[in-house]
Amino acid sequence: MALVTLKPYKEPELYLECNNISPDAFAGKTAAEISELEVREGKTRVLLGDYFEVSGKPGDTAEETDIHIAGDCSRIKYLGTKMTAGSIKVDGNADMYVGGWMKGGKIHITGNVHSFCGIAMEGGEIIVDGNAENYVGSAYRGDWRGMRGGTIRIRGNAGNDIGTFMLGGTIIIEKNAFIHVSTHAEGGCVIIKGDVEGRVGGQMVKGDIYVLGKIQYMLPGFKKIGTVEKDIDGVSASFNHYIGDLGERHPRSKGKDIYANLFVMAS
Amino acid sequence: MAEIVIKNGFVIDPARKINGDVMDIAIRDDKIVEKVGSGAKEIDARGKVVMTGGVDIHAHVAGPKVNVGRLMRPEDKLFKSPNAQAPYRVESGFSIPSTFKTGYDYARMGYAFVMEAAMPPLHSPHVHEEIHDTPIIDQGALPVFANNWFVLEYLKNREIENTAAYTAWLLMATKGYGVKLVNPGGTAAWAWGLNCLTLNDPVPYFDITPAEIISGLIETNEYLGLPHSIHIHQNSLGTPGNYEITLDSFRLAEGVKANNRFSRDSVMHSTHVQFHSYGGDSWRNFESKAKEVMDYINGQKNITVDLGCVTLDETTTMTADGPFEHHLNQLNHLKWANTDVELETAAGVVPYVYDKDIKVCGIQWAIGLELGLYAKDPMRTFITTDHPNAGPFIRYPRIIKWLMSKKAREETLESMKYTDKVIDATDIHSLDTERTLYEIAQMTRAGPAKALGLSHIFGSLAPGMEANVVVYDLNFNDMPDDPEQIERAFLRSSNFIKSGDIVVKDGDIVSHGNKRTFWVNAKVKENPQVIRDIHEKFLKEYTVGLGNYTVWDCLAPNPYVIDIDVEA
Repeated sequence: MALVTLKPYKEPELYLECNNISPDAFAGKTAAEISELEVREGKTRVLLGDYFEVSGKPGDTAEETDIHIAGDCSRIKYLGTKMTAGSIKVDGNADMYVGGWMKGGKIHITGNVHSFCGIAMEGGEIIVDGNAENYVGSAYRGDWRGMRGGTIRIRGNAGNDIGTFMLGGTIIIEKNAFIHVSTHAEGGCVIIKGDVEGRVGGQMVKGDIYVLGKIQYMLPGFKKIGTVEKDIDGVSASFNHYIGDLGERHPRSKGKDIYANLFVMAS
Repeated sequence: MAEIVIKNGFVIDPARKINGDVMDIAIRDDKIVEKVGSGAKEIDARGKVVMTGGVDIHAHVAGPKVNVGRLMRPEDKLFKSPNAQAPYRVESGFSIPSTFKTGYDYARMGYAFVMEAAMPPLHSPHVHEEIHDTPIIDQGALPVFANNWFVLEYLKNREIENTAAYTAWLLMATKGYGVKLVNPGGTAAWAWGLNCLTLNDPVPYFDITPAEIISGLIETNEYLGLPHSIHIHQNSLGTPGNYEITLDSFRLAEGVKANNRFSRDSVMHSTHVQFHSYGGDSWRNFESKAKEVMDYINGQKNITVDLGCVTLDETTTMTADGPFEHHLNQLNHLKWANTDVELETAAGVVPYVYDKDIKVCGIQWAIGLELGLYAKDPMRTFITTDHPNAGPFIRYPRIIKWLMSKKAREETLESMKYTDKVIDATDIHSLDTERTLYEIAQMTRAGPAKALGLSHIFGSLAPGMEANVVVYDLNFNDMPDDPEQIERAFLRSSNFIKSGDIVVKDGDIVSHGNKRTFWVNAKVKENPQVIRDIHEKFLKEYTVGLGNYTVWDCLAPNPYVIDIDVEA
C-alpha cells in the first residue's frame, strides 16, 4: 500500500469542501498534482496545497492508496465522499459529511465528527473514536433511499436522526444516542449500546434496532411479542422483542406481515 | 438597428415547404427579413441545420405546484447543481429545475416559446412571478377551467354566453392564454374524495357530466374565437383500459368547426396522449392502444395532440388531477403533496421513477413513441414529455433521437429487463418508421405554433416572423450513423438567436435575452349577470377579495397581449 500524508498548515477562514480528499481522486497522481486539486472555500475556488502540505505517493488505484491526515480537520467537509476503496485516517476531528455516499474502503477518525457522517453510504467502513453529531448514516434531505450497506461505528455518543430511511448496512453507537433512530427505515441494523431518549423506530417498515441500554420514552407503535437471547457486538444478553411501527404500512411475505424488530435489553 | 445573417445553412422550414435548401437567413432587429446590408454580423452555418425556434405547447415550468415539487424534493438537486458560471446564474435541479435553469436549458435546445400548461387562477400571480424569473424564453400560461364552480354552474344550464363572459374575464384577470381542462369534473369530485372516471360520471353537487363540460367549453372557446383551442387532459389518466374514454372524448369534437382569425383549424388539443392510450384491465395485462388512438386522430382534421413521452428517468409528477396523484402515491408509497384551490381546482405532486427494468414503464415508453410514429400528420402531433410528468423537458432531444432512429429505439428496448414482454404488449419492435428532420420541425415548431394560433409569430423562418433562429450541428446531407450525435446536437445548439438577440453560442448561454409573457384579452359584450355572479362569489365564497385577485401589471412587465373583439 502507498501512503499519502496531508499535513494541515493553515486553518481556512470558512470551511473547506474537500470532496477531492479520497483515494479515488488521489490515485495515480504525484504529490504536486494532488496539491493542485481544486477545492472550495465558500464560493471561492482554492487548491488543496493552499491548506495542506502533501507528501508521499499514492498507488495506481484507489485500492492501493492510503491517506493519512496528520492533523485536525474540524473545518474540513466531505472527506472521502463517494470513495470506493483504500483508506483515510484523520488524527483529530472532522466536520460534516465524512464518508458520504461511500461505496468501499475504510475511514478512521480519531476524534469527533460533525453531522451527516456516512450519509447514504453504500459500502465500506467508518470508525469514529469520539462522538458524532446528528444524521449518522441517514438519507440525504428529502431522499427515500438511505444507507444501503457498510458499517459505521461511533465509539462515543451520537445525536439525533440515526439511520433515517436506512435500507441496509449496520450502524453501531457504542454510547448514548438522542432521538429519532431508524425513522422510515426499510432494512439495515442499528445497535445502540447505551441509552436512547426516545422516538426509536418511528414509521419503520422493516429492519432491526438493538438497544443495550434504556429507551426513556417508548413509541406507542411498538408491541412486545416475547423475550429472546442474543449475542450482539460482543454482548450476550436477554432482550425484550418488540415489533412495529404498527401505524405504518408493512409488506407481506409468504402469507405473513413483515414488521421491523426492536430489541431492548431486559433489565 | 442590429442586423445578423445566418449563412449557408441547410434551412428546414416546413411552413414554407423548405427542406434542407442551402440559404441565408437575414435578421433585422427582432424580425426576419428578406435581406440585410453588407455590414450585418455573419454567422456561418455551413454544413449545419437551421430551423426556427422551438415551440413547446405543454410543460409545467412555473407556478405553485412546480414550486411545491422543488420544496419537497431537495434530492432532485443533489449532485446536479453546477457552480455558478459568471456572469450567469446558478442552475439547479433536474426534473424540477430552477427558473434560471429552465430558461437556459430551453434556450440551449433552441426553444423560443413555452406554454405553462396549468395555471390555478387563484395562484396566477405566483405563476407570472416565476415566468418573469425565467430568462430568455417567451411564455404563456393556460388557466384551468374544467372544475371551476362558475363554469360548472353555467354549463349545467347550457349558458354558453355566460361561460364565455366569465372565461374572457378570467383570462384578463389571470393574464391567461387559453382554456385548459384537467380531468373535467374529476378534480371537483376529488373535493368529495371521488373522481369522474368516465365521461358520464356525474360531478357530485353540481350534477353535470364530464362530457357536458368538455362540449360546453369547446363551444365557449369557439364562441370567443381564442387563438388556441381547448387544451384537454382527459379523464381517467394513467389507467389501464382508458383508451376508450380517450376516444369517447375525441368524438365530442366531431363536426365542430374552428372559429378564429389565427388560422387555427383544431377545436381540441388533447395533451400527453401517451397517458391516455392504455389497454388491458390491470397492470398485469397492460398493453398499448397507441394504434387505435392514433388511427382515430389520423382520420380527423380538427384535433391536435402532444405525445407526453416517458423518458425512463426519475422525475416528479405534478398535475391538477388531484385524485390521480393520490392513486399514484398508493402505488409507489413515496412523498405526496395535495392541495385544494378553492372554487377552482386542486393539485397533487408525487415523485416517480420510470425504471426501464419495470415492465409497465417499458410499455409506457413504447406507447409514447408509437404515437409519434403512427401519426400521419406531424403538423398535428407534437413532441412533449408533459414535463416533468413523463420526464424532464431536457429529454426532448432524446425523444427526437428515438423518433429518428430505429437503431436508437432498439438499443433502449434491448437494455430493458423485460424486453420480450414490452415487445408483446406494444408494436414498437415492428415499427420501422424513422422521422425526418422536416417532420421533427413540424412536430416541434410549425405544428405547435399553428395549434396555439401563433403561426404569424412563431414556427417559420419566413420574412416578417419573429427572429428566432437556431443552428444545430447536423449535416442534412450526411446524417450521423451514431444516433447519440442527434441527441447531442439538439441538446446544445451551435447558435440560438431569440428575438434577434444571440443568446446561445456553442451550447453556452451568452445573453439573458428579452422574454415576454403572452396573454389573450378577449373583449365581450358587458354581461351584468356574470359581473354580479363574480362579485357575489368573491363576497360569499372566496377567501380573497376581488381587488387582490387580479394579476397586477407589474407581475408581467413584458406583456404581449393578443386582443380579440368578440362583439365585432
